[in-house]
Formats: sequence, structure tokens, C-alpha cells
Amino acid sequence: MVEFEFNGKLHKSPSETTIRGLLESSQIESRYCAVEVNEEILPKDQYDLYRVQPGDRIEVVTLVGGG
Amino acid sequence: MNTLIHRLSVAGKTLDSRVIVGTGKYDTLEQMRNALEASGTSCVTVAVRREKLYDRDGKNLLDFIDLDRYTLLPNTAGCFNAKDAVRVARMGREILSQLGNPGADWVKLEVLGDTKTLLPDPVATLEACERLVQDGFKVLCYTSDCPIMAVRLKSAGASSVMPAASPIGSGQGILNPNNLKIILEYLKSDDPDYPVIIDAGVGTASDVAQVFELGADGVLLNTAIAHARDPILMASAVKHAAICGREAYLAGRIPKRLYAMASSPEEGLITSRPW
Repeated sequence: MVEFEFNGKLHKSPSETTIRGLLESSQIESRYCAVEVNEEILPKDQYDLYRVQPGDRIEVVTLVGGG
Repeated sequence: MNTLIHRLSVAGKTLDSRVIVGTGKYDTLEQMRNALEASGTSCVTVAVRREKLYDRDGKNLLDFIDLDRYTLLPNTAGCFNAKDAVRVARMGREILSQLGNPGADWVKLEVLGDTKTLLPDPVATLEACERLVQDGFKVLCYTSDCPIMAVRLKSAGASSVMPAASPIGSGQGILNPNNLKIILEYLKSDDPDYPVIIDAGVGTASDVAQVFELGADGVLLNTAIAHARDPILMASAVKHAAICGREAYLAGRIPKRLYAMASSPEEGLITSRPW
């Protein structure tokens, strides 16, 4: 297992989990989101390649209503 | 109606409406969609937030916004320092560039100084504006009604300076029209097409008309529509008020006079005067 921070909360996933896998297991629509790993935006073409590392700080955001 | 005079040119694009509408605080996403339609807007602002990991209702805002019709203006609402504002702006750009929306490189920059007043932090706003402009963003910058700050933000490269009419969501309308007049004069004196958009504090349609009668180029509002008793009817009222106000500004109001001036002719009266 790998332990990391996911949207501000401690999270555990199987080792070798990719960002794509994390999004899918969290039922997040990747078309509408942006992903930041340790405060750097991860390009969409990296979702299948980047494997979550212990201690990573991952933010997944989307657009919501606001003014 | 001459629709050309009701278009808003900002950040290299021309929008069909001078009204920019926020997408928050509606009872339902269906109501929001209908209010946007009734407002006649072609540009809507959206916030960037963490994906909900639990208790999802399965609905996404973007399923209720026609991305071919509306330019999306991501905002940095909720940011209290320049670093966070830059991060949020970049994440908004990342989402919209994937979706091919023309607003991808736009940002409504908002860096707040205080949770009670939601007034902008001028120092952090200027810092964030400079960094985002350098990063290629078209910055539409929320600010107070301070003319000096407005000048500084334009000099920093803001595509539009967006002074508040009054505090966000307060519905107080335009508190200091004189400052807004000075901002308009300062920013447009040698650059008449520079867009100044009044952002925040609008309470009802007459406030919108006043915004345009002052000579502003656009208005941005959310709560006045979303929290009206009938948001869709208010959105329609806002649409018409913007048209009224802009036309009145272009037509030119008469000067105010201390004394009355009769509209009927003085000649040919059959009446006598009391003095």
C-alpha cells in the first residue's frame, strides 16, 4: 500500500496506483478535472504514467458554481 | 435594436452581452441554467474546488452549461494570498483548455483580505496579477473602488479592471459612484476602449442600469440573480437594465438643474400669473 494526501485527507491505495486508477476508483470524471501533484499540475497525458508516491500531496479539482 | 452597442470587447474577444453572470447559489443547476439563458449572457464565471470524494450527487456543473455557447471565466474566489490564486488560476486553465473553451486563458482574479468583508487584499491582488499576466493569463481583476489601485492593476497588465460596487453579495448597489467615475476617467482617458467591469454588490436591476449610465463597459453579478425571489425573472430584468443603462449612457443624460424648466411653450398662454 502507498499512503498519501488526497484532497487534504490521508489516503491509502495499492502500490503502483496511477492517477488514472485513483480517479477511477474515486468515481471522478477525468474530463472535468485538473490534477496537481505536490503543487505542480500533472498533464492529462501523464495520468496513466504517474504512479502515486508515498507522501505525495494530490489535489483533484473541478469547476463548481461560483461568482 | 442596435445589438453592436451591447457587445462587450474584453481580452481580445467580443461577447454578445455586457452582462457576466456567476453560477453559484442557485437552488438547482436547472434553475441556474434557466437564469443564464434569461440573462442573455455569453460569459459565466465558475469557481475551482476540490472534487467531492464522498456524497456525490452525480451532477456536474459543466453538464448544465453549454460550452459552445458560453465563455467560461474561472475565478479565484476563496483565495487569500497570491500563491493560492496563481495555483487556482492554473488549475482552472488546465480544465478549460482540455475542454477547448475560449475562456481557458482567462481568469477572474480575486484575492481577498478578510472573510467578513470579502474586500480585496490590494497588495496580494497586485502581486498575483503581475504573476498571472507573466504566465500568459488574461486577467480580469476584482478590486475595490480605489482609483489608484485601479490604475496600478491596469499598469500591471490586467485585461480588465473590475471594481466592486459594494461588498460581494451585499446587494448594497453602488456605494461610491464618484470613485467609479474617477476610475473610468483614469483608465479610459488615453485608452477609451479599455474595459471596466463593475463586479460585486449589485442588488437589483436599477443598480445594473446605474452601472452602465456611469459609463462602465460591463457588469458581473451573481447573488442579485440567484437569491432573488424569482431568479429567472430577475435575470431577465438585469438583461433589460443593462440595455437601458447602456443606451441611456450613449444618449447622454441632461444636466441637473436647481430650478424647473417648463416643457410647454411660454408663448400663447391664456392664463395669468400670480406675480
